[in-house]
Amino acid sequence: MSFKIASSPHQHNQRSTAHIMRLVALACLPGIAVQAVLFGYGVLIQLVLAIVTAWISEALVLKLRGKAVLPRLKDNSALLTAVLLAIAIPPYAPWWIIVIGTAFAIIMVKQLYGGLGNNLFNPAMAAYVLLLVSFPLQMTQWLPPLSLQSVDLTPLDAVCSIFTHYSCSGFSLSQLQASIDGITMATPLDTLRTDLGRGLTLDESLNRPVFFAFAGTGWLWVNLAYLAGGLLLIQQKVISWRIPLAVIGSLFVLSAIATLAAPDTIAGPLFHLFSGGTMLAAFFIATDPVSASTTNKGRLVYGALIGLLVFLIRNFGGYPDAYAFAVLLANMAVPLIDYYTRPRTYGHRPRSELK
Amino acid sequence: MPGLFQQIQAGKLWDFHGGIHPPGRKEQTNQKPIAVLPIPDRLYLPLRQHIGVAGQLLVRVGERVLKGQQLTSAENSMAVPVHAPTSGTVLSITPHTSPHPSALPELTLVLEPDGLDEWRQREPLNFLTCDNMTLLSRIQDSGIAGMGGAGFPTHIKAGLTQPVDYLIINAVECEPYISADDLLMQEAATTIVKGIDILCRLLNPKAVLIGIEDDKPIAAAAMMAACSQREHYYVRIVPTKYPSGGEKQLIQLLTNKEVPNGRRPADIGIVMQNVGTAFAIAQAVLDDHPLLSRIVTVAGDTLNQPQNVLALLGTPVSALLDACGFQSQPQQRVIMGGPMMGFTLPDLSVPVVKTTNCILAPTAQELPAASTEMDCIRCSACADACPASLLPQQLLWYSKAKDSDKLQEYNLADCIECGACAYVCPSEIPLVQYYRVAKADIREQQREALKAEQAKARFEARNARLEQEKQERLQRNQQLAAARQQQQLASGANTAVADALARIKAKQALAAPAEERSKEQILAERELKKQQAREHQQQKAQQQKAEQQATEQHNEPAEQTPAVTENTNSKAAAVAAAIARAQAKKAAQAAEQHATEQQVTPAPNTEKSHQAEVSAEADPRKAAIAAAIARAKAKQQAQTEHETNAAPATASTANKPAAGSDIVAATEDPRKAAVAAALARAKAKKQASAEATEQTAASTTGAPEPDVAVTEDPRKAAIAAAIARAKARKQADSENS
Repeated sequence: MSFKIASSPHQHNQRSTAHIMRLVALACLPGIAVQAVLFGYGVLIQLVLAIVTAWISEALVLKLRGKAVLPRLKDNSALLTAVLLAIAIPPYAPWWIIVIGTAFAIIMVKQLYGGLGNNLFNPAMAAYVLLLVSFPLQMTQWLPPLSLQSVDLTPLDAVCSIFTHYSCSGFSLSQLQASIDGITMATPLDTLRTDLGRGLTLDESLNRPVFFAFAGTGWLWVNLAYLAGGLLLIQQKVISWRIPLAVIGSLFVLSAIATLAAPDTIAGPLFHLFSGGTMLAAFFIATDPVSASTTNKGRLVYGALIGLLVFLIRNFGGYPDAYAFAVLLANMAVPLIDYYTRPRTYGHRPRSELK
Repeated sequence: MPGLFQQIQAGKLWDFHGGIHPPGRKEQTNQKPIAVLPIPDRLYLPLRQHIGVAGQLLVRVGERVLKGQQLTSAENSMAVPVHAPTSGTVLSITPHTSPHPSALPELTLVLEPDGLDEWRQREPLNFLTCDNMTLLSRIQDSGIAGMGGAGFPTHIKAGLTQPVDYLIINAVECEPYISADDLLMQEAATTIVKGIDILCRLLNPKAVLIGIEDDKPIAAAAMMAACSQREHYYVRIVPTKYPSGGEKQLIQLLTNKEVPNGRRPADIGIVMQNVGTAFAIAQAVLDDHPLLSRIVTVAGDTLNQPQNVLALLGTPVSALLDACGFQSQPQQRVIMGGPMMGFTLPDLSVPVVKTTNCILAPTAQELPAASTEMDCIRCSACADACPASLLPQQLLWYSKAKDSDKLQEYNLADCIECGACAYVCPSEIPLVQYYRVAKADIREQQREALKAEQAKARFEARNARLEQEKQERLQRNQQLAAARQQQQLASGANTAVADALARIKAKQALAAPAEERSKEQILAERELKKQQAREHQQQKAQQQKAEQQATEQHNEPAEQTPAVTENTNSKAAAVAAAIARAQAKKAAQAAEQHATEQQVTPAPNTEKSHQAEVSAEADPRKAAIAAAIARAKAKQQAQTEHETNAAPATASTANKPAAGSDIVAATEDPRKAAVAAALARAKAKKQASAEATEQTAASTTGAPEPDVAVTEDPRKAAIAAAIARAKARKQADSENS
C-alpha cells in the first residue's frame, strides 16, 4: 500500500483568496445599496457592465498568457476590481467609460504586470485616473441626489442615459444635473471648491442645498454605509485596521489643524471624512493587499501618506477629490516603505542598533 | 517596577508575536487512559534516534539480548545508546526505512522478541547521595534524548556548567491532536516531578517553570498537586496558541526573554526540557529503567479507537494503527508527528523512535490535502502569523529568485518551520517547503564556499611549504659549499682548486673550436658526404657490374670496402658509414615490417579472432568486442616487439655520428658521443612508436578484413580499418533498430 506524501503543515485554515475577495465585495453591498437608493440605479448598471468586462478581459489575457483561466477567474480578484471601479465613477457615465476603464485596469494594470499579486498599482485607481484624465467631462458629471433632482429618474431612464446619453424622456445628462431651481449641481466637494474659488467663505458655501449638516447631502449616508462595511471587514480580520485608521487619522488631524488655522477656506475634519470617497478609499481601496504596504509599521506610514496627499490635493490641488492620485502615489512609495519598516526578527537587535 | 524574577514569581505571562489557533482536536484522545500495546513480532531499532552520532554496536546478529540491555555504546559525548526494549534475538542489522521526512534507509537493528520480557540486572541510584557525574552518565547510558521532538542528547543540556536561572519544563504540547504529554502528566505527575528534582540537582536553577497550555486542565491540576511541596516550582498555565511549545516562544511567554540570534537558551541562563524527558530521567535514575518505550498519540478519523498508547521503541507504525482500528482511505496520509510539523510516511514499517509523539491518520475531510498553489496576493497574513516576526512573503519571493544574500538579510535562518505561515496563506502556498529548499541550498552554498576556502588555504600552504623547502635546500647547499670551501682552505689545497679551474679552462678552449667548426662546416661536410655517397654508388654499380662479371672473386664487397676505406681515408670512411646506416635502416624497417606482419597476420589465426570473425556475421556487438580484444593483444605484442627492435635500431643510428665526420669529437670525448647516441636513440624510438601507432591502427581491422590492411601500407590499412569499423557500426545499428 502506498501513502500520499505531503509537506507540512498538513492543516490549513481554509480561508482562500477567493473567499477573502468575496468578503470584500460583499462588504461593499451596504454602500452600493445606499448609493442606488439615494443617487439612482445607474450604479447597478455600471456594476454589471464592469463585472462582465472584467471577466472577459481577464479570461482573454489569461488565455493569451497560456494560464488556466477558470481557477484564476474564480479567485474573485477581477470581480473586486470591477466593483470598486464601478462604484467610484459617476453612476450615469456613458457605458464605454466603464468598459474602457475596467479593461484597462485588468489588462494593462494587472495582467501586463504579471497578474494577481504582481501589479505595482491599484488597478481600479489607475483606471480611474486614466478615465479622469482622458474623459474629464464624463467623469465629473455626477448627478445630485434623487431628492434634489428636478426630474424623476426611473431604472429604465438609467439604462437609456448610460447607453444613449439621453434618458427615456429625452433629457441629456447635463440637463439632469440641474437641480429644481435650475442651477447645475456638482458634488459637494466640487461645489465647495468652486465657491471658495469665487471668494465665498466656507459657511456661505455650506448653506447650499447640496450640503447637509457637515457633509454633502446623500454622501454622508454613502460614507457611513462604507464605514460599516469596512468595520465588518476588520472584525472578520480580512483587512488590518492599520491602513484605514492611518488614512482617516491623518486626514482628520491635518484638516483639524488646517481648519483652525484658516477657518474660512478649509473645511473641517468631519466634512472631509464624510464627503467624496473617503470611507470607500480608506477601507476598500487603500487596503488592497497587492499594492499596499505589507508590514505593520509600513501600513501606518502608507495610510498616513494617503491621508496627507488627499488633504493636500483637495485643499490646494487641481482636483476636487484625490483618492485615486493619492493611492497611486502611495503605491509608488510602497517598496521603499516596506524596506525601511521591516519588523525586528526574534532574537535580533533592532536595525537601528546595528548601525 | 518589580524585577523580572518577582514578575515571574507573581505569575506574569508575556506573549510572542503571531501564532495561530488551529482546531485542537485533542478530545479524540485526551480523555482515554494510556493503552499498553502487546509486544510486536519484530522491533526495528534505528541505531541513531537522536541528534548526534550513533553509538558503536555491542551485539552481533543471532545474539540473545535481555530487556534493557545496551545495544550500542556511547563513547562519544554526542552519542546516546539504544537498548533492547524487550528480551529476544538479534535477527539482522540492516538499513531500514527511517522515521525521517526523507525516509532514507538507516542502519536498523531488527529484534525478534521471545515474549519472556526478561530484564537485565538493574541498579537503581539514590540521586541524593550520588554525584553529578554518576547521574549524568546514567542519563546518557539510559539513552535519553529530548522527547519533545528534537531529540537532543539530554545529558549535554543537563550537564551544563553555565549558571542556570530558570529550568523550564515544556508541557505545552501546542500541536493539534497530540495529547501524549497530557496523558503522561495525568498518570505520572509524581514521577515527572522526581525527574525535575534530579534535573534541579544537576543544574541548580533559581526557579522551575512548568508551562502547560490551558486546554489541559486535568494535567495542570495533577502537576500542581505534585509540585505543591516544592517552593520554587511554578506551574504556569499559558493560553492555547500555536506554537507556544516552541522553545524560543515558550521562553518568551514565561520569562519575556529572547534567545539572541545564533545563541542557545543556556547563554541567557535558561534550560528547557520536555516533560517526557523529565519522566524518562526519573525512570532511568530511580529504577534503572532505560528509555525503552514512549507514549504515542494515535489519532485521526480513520481510526475506530484513537487513543494514546505506550509503545516499545522500534514498534512499527502498522502495529500502532492496527491496535487502534485503522481503516485506510484512498489517498491516505499517515503523518508521524502533528499536523503542523509532522511528516508523511511512505509505508507503515517505519518504527516508533524516541522522538515519535504522534501518529496521525486523518481522513481527507478532516485535514483536506493542499489544493493548487495560487499567486501570492501580498496579504501578509503570514507575517502576522509568524512567531519569529519574519516577513514570509518576502522570503518566498527571494526563495523563488534563489537570492541567498537577500534571504540571509531577511533572516531565513530564524525560521523555525512551524508552518503557521502556510496555515494562514489564502493562496495555499507551501511556504515552509520553499524555505526548507532555500535553507538547504544556502547550506550547500556555504559548504561549497568553505570547501573552496579550505582548498585555497591548502594550496597556499603547499606553496609556502614548497617555497620554504626550496629556501632550506638552498641554504643547506650554501652552508655545505661554505663548509667545503673552508675545509679546503684549512687543508691548504688552494692549488687543487687552481688546477681544477685551469683544467676547465683548457677543456673549454679545446671544445670551443670544435663547436665552431661543427657549426660552420656542418653544411659543407654534409654536401661532401652526399658527394661521397654518390661516388660510392657509382663505385658500387661498377663493382656490381664487376661482380656480375666475376662473382666468384668477390663474395662480400660491400662489407669489405668500408673496412678498408675507414683505414685509408676519411672519404671512404664516410661512404662506408653511409652504407652501414642505410643497411641498418633497411634492416630495421624489415624487422619492423616483419613485426607488423607478425602482429596482424597471426591475429586472425588465433582461435579467438577466428571466433570473432564467425560471430561478426551473427552479432556485430560481439564482433566489436572481439576486435577490441584482438586490438589490445596486438598492441601489447607490438609494444614488446618494438622494445626489442629499438635496441638494434639505436645501435644502427648510433653509428651515424660515430662513423661520420664527428669522428674527431667522438674520439676526443666519449661523453659527447654518448649524448649524440642517446639523441639518435630517442629519435629512433619516436619513429618506431609513430610507426607502431599506425600499425596498431592497421591491426584494428582485426575481425572483418584484417589481411588486406597490413601488407601494403599502414595508412591505407588505417583507412580500411576505419571503413570496416563504420560498416560494423552501421550493421549493428540496423540490427538494433
